[in-house]
Amino acid sequence: MRANNTLRTTVLGWAVALLMFFPIGWMALTAFKTELQAVSTPPVLFFKPTLENFAAVFERGDYLKFTLNSVLVSFGSTFLALALAVPAAYRMVFHPTPRTGSTLLWMLSTKMMPPVGVLVPIYLLFRDAGLLDTVTGLVIVYALMNLPIVVWMLYTYFKDVPREILEAGRVDGASAWQEVQILLLPLAWPGIASTGLLNVILAWNEAFWSLNLTTSKAAPLTAFIAAFSSPEGLFWAKLSAASLLAIAPILVVGWFSQKQLVRGLTFGAVK
Amino acid sequence: MKTDVLRSSLAAVVLAMAGTQAYAATTVTIATVNNNDMIIMQRLSKQFEAANPDIKLDWVVLEENVLRQRVTTDIATKSGQFDVLTIGTYEAPIWAKQGWLAEITGLPADYDLDDVLKPVRDGLSYQGKLYALPFYAESSMLFYRKDLVEKAGMTMPEQPTYDDVAKLAEKMTDKAAGVYGICLRGKPGWGENMAFLSTLINTYGGQWFDEKWTPTIDSPEWKKAVGFYIELLKKYGPPGAASNGFNENLALFASGKCGMWIDATSAAGKLYSKAESQVADKTGFARAPVAVTPKGSHWLWSWALGIPATSKAQPEARKFIAWATSKPYIERVGKEVGWASAPPGTRASTYANPNYVAAAPFADFVLKSINEANPNDATLKKVPYTGVQYVGIPEFQSIGTQVGQAIAGALAGTTSLDDALKVGQAAATRAMRQAGYLK
Repeated sequence: MRANNTLRTTVLGWAVALLMFFPIGWMALTAFKTELQAVSTPPVLFFKPTLENFAAVFERGDYLKFTLNSVLVSFGSTFLALALAVPAAYRMVFHPTPRTGSTLLWMLSTKMMPPVGVLVPIYLLFRDAGLLDTVTGLVIVYALMNLPIVVWMLYTYFKDVPREILEAGRVDGASAWQEVQILLLPLAWPGIASTGLLNVILAWNEAFWSLNLTTSKAAPLTAFIAAFSSPEGLFWAKLSAASLLAIAPILVVGWFSQKQLVRGLTFGAVK
Repeated sequence: MKTDVLRSSLAAVVLAMAGTQAYAATTVTIATVNNNDMIIMQRLSKQFEAANPDIKLDWVVLEENVLRQRVTTDIATKSGQFDVLTIGTYEAPIWAKQGWLAEITGLPADYDLDDVLKPVRDGLSYQGKLYALPFYAESSMLFYRKDLVEKAGMTMPEQPTYDDVAKLAEKMTDKAAGVYGICLRGKPGWGENMAFLSTLINTYGGQWFDEKWTPTIDSPEWKKAVGFYIELLKKYGPPGAASNGFNENLALFASGKCGMWIDATSAAGKLYSKAESQVADKTGFARAPVAVTPKGSHWLWSWALGIPATSKAQPEARKFIAWATSKPYIERVGKEVGWASAPPGTRASTYANPNYVAAAPFADFVLKSINEANPNDATLKKVPYTGVQYVGIPEFQSIGTQVGQAIAGALAGTTSLDDALKVGQAAATRAMRQAGYLK
């Protein structure tokens, strides 16, 4: 019975994993096809791989510049968001007010508005502040965009830290800053790390603001991919090659931090 | 010692800065769409930069609809992020009217503006003033498989009617072999299915609006034309036709799955290229079919380069667009990339060039189609608008796309033809009332 159950779970696990991996796997396969093979029906499964798409992609755009912008923007916005969210979440967990609950809900509600609704006001603000097409501008927008999620995640992680430990610290004369720095941060570290990672991934994949607020100088990899999409002419293979190149760095980061991510996401799941 | 090092490094920094200042090039940011012609332009533009060291080109390449939205935001907020815009014949007059584009003046003497085809020039002008220079232009025509027509024991007239098309499609279709008689655009959008459908409706004697701007989508002409389109595709079209755009049909035709395809003349270069098409030597072409009237049966479109009024580098931008649309540029593409890839449809001199005519057997045909397309007289009855496959008003993007979605729904079978046209009529009436055309 038990062996049966394990088998079932394993099969189900593999099925779900393969299903989720399929689009990425197909994209990777398409990146090595010619444009004609990429659109042929029925789809071609066995073919002589070609690197011409990658050559074409490198010829058209400065991949390294776009990658550097993506790294700067996603890590920069993560640090900024964490720097704002840690004190906010600390305050909400350990020194709540009667309105904390509704404040949290209100923060989350801002995520429900479609971004295009505020495009023009933000565009005008950025124009006047000289932030259009700058990395700083994107860092600010991404940090603010992800802030509600970061605060919420940190809020749940901080809730799992026993208040008594912080109180003991306070009795020993620790200031609020020392409480956070010496006690809270090390205790909630897996949670903070996974929040940070999630934020990096969200910022890495964000396409609406990066396409609208940048032109050439600060454009990240999402703009790089967008350059290969076309309603006229065959570009599937090149688009796949560009997409593969765009996800490659984050795939590597994700692979190495897998353990941390899983640990963080399940942190406090079992009490 | 330490101060010395500090001082000399400071001096070096200042010198370096002075150096960059002296050689500071003006950056021209170009917003463009992704297609083969633009890729060639981007590649060859390195020669422009080499010849003009004081100008640096920055490229922003985006998908057509994203580009439109991106550029509109920038221009409407007067942000001046772009110096050169890729726009079509639809946008040029509308944006010029809004004062968003700089008039094109002061072109070099050897530019020879008169060489640029008149319908294309007119399409990019507003009140007699030119606002963009054409990079390439196209009309629409019918592509067909010569072998399949022969097998069916029929011939393709030079000017087919839609009745001919229906008969040929029936004979050519062999679903078991994966061959479909007709491929047409089905993907919803004002520049997608509605571009083709507008020409079909025109030739069936219909139009988008009557003289008082009242939408006529529920008229008998529309019902007849759209009904014909849906029945044709349902009977002889490929499966899933409601999601096929230019690219999908190009791929279907190029892999031998379509008997006929009515679309942009710019597809000709691709269909006749052996590297891109498996049926290159079996492809024939004819004029876009007609029904009740030849008026508006084939479209006119041009991708052109314009300069936003907010650009801070207008003289440099003008220099670049003049270079990219000049006779020497077309010759350069012909020599360095191949004559079949030379930007078509813009200049009479291209069609007078024996090299181009030899490489493009369809050249004369395309020229004729473009010259005969008349955006100012594209419907049987009188209308208050210009445009063949679109209506030259800002509201049309939204109206066209909504009607396109309704018709795609009818094609996919989720709604009936009558309901789709009713929905389209209601959407168009609402939009026209909101915009103040109707009371």
